[in-house]
Amino acid sequence: MTGTPLREQHGPWFGAYGGVFMPEPLMAAIDELAACYDECRDDPAFQAEFARLSRDYTGRPSMLTEASRLSEQAGARILLKREDLNHTGSHKINNVLGQALVAQRLGKTRLIAETGAGQHGVATATAAALFGMECTVYMGEVDTERQALNVARMRLLGATVVPVTSGSRTLKDAINEGLRDWVANVDSTHYLMGTVAGPHPFPTMVRDFHRAIGEEAREQAIAMTGGLPDAVLACVGGGSNAMGIFHAFLDDADVRLIGLEAAGDGADTERHALSIERGAPGLLHGMRTYLLQDLEGQTLESHSISAGLDYPGVGPEHAWLHDIGRAEYQPVSDAEAMDAFLALTRAEGIIPAIESAHAVAGALRLAKEAPGSTLVVSLSGRGDKDVATAGRWFDVLDEEARQQ
Amino acid sequence: MSAASTSSRTEAAIRRAGNRALIGYLPVGYPDLATSVEAAVAIAEAGCTAIELGVPYSDPAMDGPVIQAATQSTLERGFRLEELFDAVAAITARTDSPVLVMTYWNPVLRYGVDRFAARLAAAGGAGLITPDLTPENAGEWLEAAERHDLDRVFLAAPSSSDARIDAAVRASRGFVYTVSTMGTTGARQDVDRAARALADRIAERAAAAGTTALRCVGLGISDGEQVRDVLDYADGAIVGSALVRALGEGGVPAVRELAASLALGTLDGGADDAAPAPDQKGANA
Ligand SMILES: Cc1ncc(COP(=O)(O)O)c(C=O)c1O
Repeated sequence: MTGTPLREQHGPWFGAYGGVFMPEPLMAAIDELAACYDECRDDPAFQAEFARLSRDYTGRPSMLTEASRLSEQAGARILLKREDLNHTGSHKINNVLGQALVAQRLGKTRLIAETGAGQHGVATATAAALFGMECTVYMGEVDTERQALNVARMRLLGATVVPVTSGSRTLKDAINEGLRDWVANVDSTHYLMGTVAGPHPFPTMVRDFHRAIGEEAREQAIAMTGGLPDAVLACVGGGSNAMGIFHAFLDDADVRLIGLEAAGDGADTERHALSIERGAPGLLHGMRTYLLQDLEGQTLESHSISAGLDYPGVGPEHAWLHDIGRAEYQPVSDAEAMDAFLALTRAEGIIPAIESAHAVAGALRLAKEAPGSTLVVSLSGRGDKDVATAGRWFDVLDEEARQQ
Repeated sequence: MSAASTSSRTEAAIRRAGNRALIGYLPVGYPDLATSVEAAVAIAEAGCTAIELGVPYSDPAMDGPVIQAATQSTLERGFRLEELFDAVAAITARTDSPVLVMTYWNPVLRYGVDRFAARLAAAGGAGLITPDLTPENAGEWLEAAERHDLDRVFLAAPSSSDARIDAAVRASRGFVYTVSTMGTTGARQDVDRAARALADRIAERAAAAGTTALRCVGLGISDGEQVRDVLDYADGAIVGSALVRALGEGGVPAVRELAASLALGTLDGGADDAAPAPDQKGANA
């Protein structure tokens, strides 16, 4: 690679991907947000406040944990980047605190967000409580059912949770509903996008707020092992935890970057969320990227046991990293993810989010192909929210609990 | 967008209507292809100056609940883009009102921009209204529109900067879609005051650039009274959700009846109008 380091890409375009494809009524707000974020990026006071919150509120830096027993079983050295230990239980809080600070600078008093697994919604509701802002979270009806615990958490935090009944009733439809709210209330309201998707500046801004994941992991891995890892693995829904952990390694050409997409029933079925592997370039939610679509340009429904990965698009920087060959994207089925979920839980006493279990599954597979290698895995969230789903999957619920 | 350099059928129709146009929106293929054609012809006969045919799309972020429900059911019954071109041909064979197609951009991209434009022109369509395509991303479309002599209608919103309004005026042919409120589509009690201010700003910006711009106001108009209010200061009123609801509830007869009552608002000399600001409209017509 010659020219600009891969780490120095700031949008709006990542190769042919990204851009701003938004309805005119939102363009003023998008332009204002982009200008404000540019200021924030160069403002030491903003960065100091973000660093303070990340340390004192989120609990950064997060640990890098040597997963010794899992490593022994797998045949590779597996290091877990513990975003599950952050306040609110996932990486999502990193981005939310950053954007809440931006919203505050813009004079906004209300936050709205979409959420799939509910982790982003919980993080946004948390920031709204912390900053004294109003909060409305849009969540597909299907997801409010499979992540009921997080719905209750958001309500306890004072947020209004709106179950979305249009379209496929999952994450993509929650984004549509959030955008409709934003158009109507743009003066008071910041749309707090929860992943590296959407129109510029969201993909760049959200990535930047998650960059600490990779920066810390890189230093920690070097300190722990004396060198760079052979591969860095992360699950990819919209792609925020993956972009966050990949970013610091982008210019380390010898480090393989592997994103794990949800293959649902399997990569050879029609029920999956393999936006990169099975999608085609198109427009969704204000960006040009790989998406699952039919021959007439209608977005297709994605499928995954994991609500957080159940999205038919992917962040534009991933689309670009795929095309230039810097990152690889591989499928992990529901069944493989759940096997990895149990393997990690039993070997290390760490219950991962089902999203994160996809990354663990990718690592276990790579360990077979490249025994003895060193693998850094983004453990993007903890599994408390998924206990009901996993309990049903592994049939460990008592009769009473099963009926709920 | 000057009158001299355009062969816009939409613009000609609006001017023929004395700059008091009524534009009716219906989703193509709803509730089925034949009925949607009948409904479009009916509202044209009842007084719609132009027809806006919406293409059902999986992610209609700019549409309110009535249109979402209609287009979602149309997709669920297996809508294909082929139906759009058939409908345009069938409608234009039976009415002189120009037919504009309102579409989110991904279906056009996927179909091929030039191929879409060619098919639309061949079917007799007048042009496209593009809610999620702003002028800065419209290069390929503008070239195709030029090649196939199609109108291109871009949006201006109350929040649009002067520079963005200038871009919409420059890129548009037919009219500038003047977004009345900051909400998504859906009938409202009152059409926002912001619409009047925006229509005035568009006219001023166009005049400053040495050109003119027809301004049709949409989003939130549901009765003849509101049509009349809008036509005080704009060249056209666009009605969507109210027509779609009427079609859903009472079929073609109901939608025809509503269009006829909306069209009453296009008649000159409303009783309650002291001064319909003729100078202002005249300057831009
Ligand atoms: C724990 C966890 N990991 C990953 C994701 C997927 O998001 P992204 O791909 O943006 O990291 C989610 C989304 O809800 C999540 O909750």
